[in-house]
Amino acid sequence: PALGLFLFTIARDPLRIIILIAGAFFWLVSLLLSSLIWFIAVKASDPQDEPLQKGLLIFGVMFSVLLQEAFRFLYYKLLRKAIEGLVALSEDGCSPISIQQMAYVAGVGFGLMSGAFSMINLLADSLGPGTVGIHGDSQLYFLTSAFMTMVLIFLHTFWGIVFFHGCEHQRWWEIAAVVIMHLAVSGSTFCNPLYVGSLVPSYLMMATAAAWAYMLSGGSAQNLRRFLLCK
Amino acid sequence: MITFMNNSDSEEEPCNERTSLMSAESPPVPSYQDGLQASGGGEAQAHRKRRTGSSRSPNNIADGEMSDSGVPVRGSALENEEEELTLKYGAKHVIMLFVPVTLCMIVVVATIKSVRFYTEKNGQLIYTPFSEDTPSVGQRLLNSVLNTIIMISVIVVMTVFLVVLYKYRCYKFIHGWLILSSLMLLFLFTYIYLGEVLKTYNVAMDYPTLFLVIWNFGAVGMICIHWKGPLQLQQAYLIMISALMALVFIKYLPEWSAWVILGAISIYDLMAVLCPKGPLRMLVETAQERNEPIFPALIYSSAMMWTVGMAKPDTAARGPSQETWDAAEDGGDNHGSSSHAESQMSETRSPVPTRPITSLEELEEEERGVKLGLGDFIFYSVLVGKAAATASGDWNTTLACFVAILIGLCLTLLLLAVFKKALPALPISITFGLVFYFSTDNLVRPFMDTLASHQLYI
Repeated sequence: PALGLFLFTIARDPLRIIILIAGAFFWLVSLLLSSLIWFIAVKASDPQDEPLQKGLLIFGVMFSVLLQEAFRFLYYKLLRKAIEGLVALSEDGCSPISIQQMAYVAGVGFGLMSGAFSMINLLADSLGPGTVGIHGDSQLYFLTSAFMTMVLIFLHTFWGIVFFHGCEHQRWWEIAAVVIMHLAVSGSTFCNPLYVGSLVPSYLMMATAAAWAYMLSGGSAQNLRRFLLCK
Repeated sequence: MITFMNNSDSEEEPCNERTSLMSAESPPVPSYQDGLQASGGGEAQAHRKRRTGSSRSPNNIADGEMSDSGVPVRGSALENEEEELTLKYGAKHVIMLFVPVTLCMIVVVATIKSVRFYTEKNGQLIYTPFSEDTPSVGQRLLNSVLNTIIMISVIVVMTVFLVVLYKYRCYKFIHGWLILSSLMLLFLFTYIYLGEVLKTYNVAMDYPTLFLVIWNFGAVGMICIHWKGPLQLQQAYLIMISALMALVFIKYLPEWSAWVILGAISIYDLMAVLCPKGPLRMLVETAQERNEPIFPALIYSSAMMWTVGMAKPDTAARGPSQETWDAAEDGGDNHGSSSHAESQMSETRSPVPTRPITSLEELEEEERGVKLGLGDFIFYSVLVGKAAATASGDWNTTLACFVAILIGLCLTLLLLAVFKKALPALPISITFGLVFYFSTDNLVRPFMDTLASHQLYI
C-alpha cells in the first residue's frame, strides 16, 4: 500500500520525490543517532545481564522514538525555510507546493524508510528455505510483521500531517499528542508475541490518526460521503 | 563531474574528469542565464534568490527548483527569464539524474546479490598489487593504502595525459583510444557478464546464439554511443556500461582498498576540479575557450539539445572525436580495468555537440539537461555494490547507502546551481555514503537485529 501511495501521489512531481528522499534521509539520521546511543549503552553495560539488556532495549526504543520526532521537527523547520524560498522564486507569489503536501510527503518519506528498515531483511530471509516459528515462536511472524509495518508506515504519514499542522498553528498539544501516540505504538509492540496487544491498538490508533489528519486537511464527513458516492 | 549541458567532464581514468560537476559554460545564451543564487535551502529545495548580474550563462540546472510549467517570458531583465527557465527545470533535472543513478545501482545490486561470481575473489588488478590477505591488521591497512596510492597515481597520470592530448588537439589518437576502449567494454565484459548470469540461473545457451546476441548488443552500443541514436537507448547503454565497470571494480578490488580508494578518489576529485592547476579544471577551461563540449563521450547527459535548423557541421564532427577521448585514454591499458572502461563510458548524446552557440532563439527550445560524468555513476555503484556484497546487515546497509548517495547528489546539484561552474560530484555523495555505510553496518545493524528478534518497532 505504501508503494501504491508513492506511485500515485508522489512519483509525478519531482519536487515531491526530493522531499520524500530527504524525509527518508532524516529518519535514517535519527535512527543512526539512536542506535549509536543504544550501542554505547550496551557496550558500557554487562552483556550477560538479561533483564538489563531488555531494559536497555526498551530505553533504546523510547529514545529512538523521541529522536525521530525531534528530527521530524527539524525537517519541518527546513521545509518552512524551503517554502519561503520557493515562494520568493515563483512568479506568481505562491509556492508550487503547499505545506500540507509537504507534510504528507515528509510523512510518507519517514514511513517508507522505517518500513523498509523493518521489513526488508525479513523479506530477504523469507525467500530462503525454512519454517516459521520452529523454535516455539509464533507462526504468524511474517504476517504480523507485514501488518505491523504497514500500519507503521501509515501512521508515520498521518503523524507527519498532524505534526506539521500543529507546528504551523502553534498548537503544541497536537505535537505532544503525536509524540505520545508514537511512544504508545512502540510500547505496544513490547507485548509481542502477544499480537493482540500490539496490532489491535496500533490499528485503532491508525484509524484515529487517519481521521484526525483528514479533518485537519480540510475534509469532513460531507466530503467523504460525496467522494464515496462519486458525486 | 556534473556539468550542465555543454561542458561535460571528461572521465578520468576511473574517475577523473568524470567525477566533476560542471555547469555548462555555454556561450552566453540569454534565455539560460542563471541569475539565481541558491539560498540556504534544504537539500530538498534549492531556493534561490535572484542574483543580479548573473555571470556567464551556463545552462545550469537549478536543482530542486519548482516545476513550474509554462514560465511566462518576462519583459524584464534577461536574468529573470533565465532564472525562470532554470527554476522550471530544476527539480526535473534532479529527477533526471536520480533515475539513471538509481537504475545503475539497482542493476549492480541485483547482480551482486544473485550472481556469485562477482563476490568471489579471483585475483586483483595490477593496479592494486598488494594483497590484503595478510594476518595483521596493520599490514593490511598499509597494503590497502599503498594500493590506493598506486591507483590514484595511475588516475592522475591518465588524466594529465588526456589533458595534454586535448591541449595539443590529438583528436585522432583519442578517438581511436576511446573506440578501442568501448569495443572492449561492450564485447568482452558483456560476454563475461552474460556467461556468469547464465551460469547462475543454469540456463543453457549455445555459442551461435550467444555470439549473435553479443554481436548485436555490442554493435548497437557502439553506434549509439559514438554516433547517433535515440536518447533513451544511449542512456541505457551508458548505464549498462557503468554497471559493468562497477561490477568489475567490485570484484577485483580488495576490501579495504576499495573503501580507501573511494575516499581518496573523492578527495582527488575535489582537488582536481577546484584547484586552479587541477587537470580537470584545465580541461574544462580549455574546452570552454575553444567552445567545444568536453568529452561528450564520457558523460551522461540527461537531456537532449536540439537546435532548430542550424547545426554546425564541425561541431558535429568534433563530437565523436571528443567522445573518443575517454576511450582512448582508457584504451591505453590492456586491462579491462576501470580506467578504460570509464573513459569509454560516457558517451553523450550526439546532438549535444551542436550546441547552442548557433542561435539564441533556438535555445529557447532546448531542454537543458545536466551532465553527470560516468565515473560518478561507476563510483556510486561501486559504493552501493560493495555495501550489498560485504555488509552483514544486508539490505539495510545497502538502502542506507543508496539514500545517502541520492541526498549527496541533491546537495551537489544545489551547489552547482549556486556556483554555476564545474563541480566535483563525488565528494559529498561518497562521504555521505561512506559515513552511512560504516555507521549502519556497525551501529544500526545490531540495534535493528535485536529489535527484529523481539519484534519491536520504533
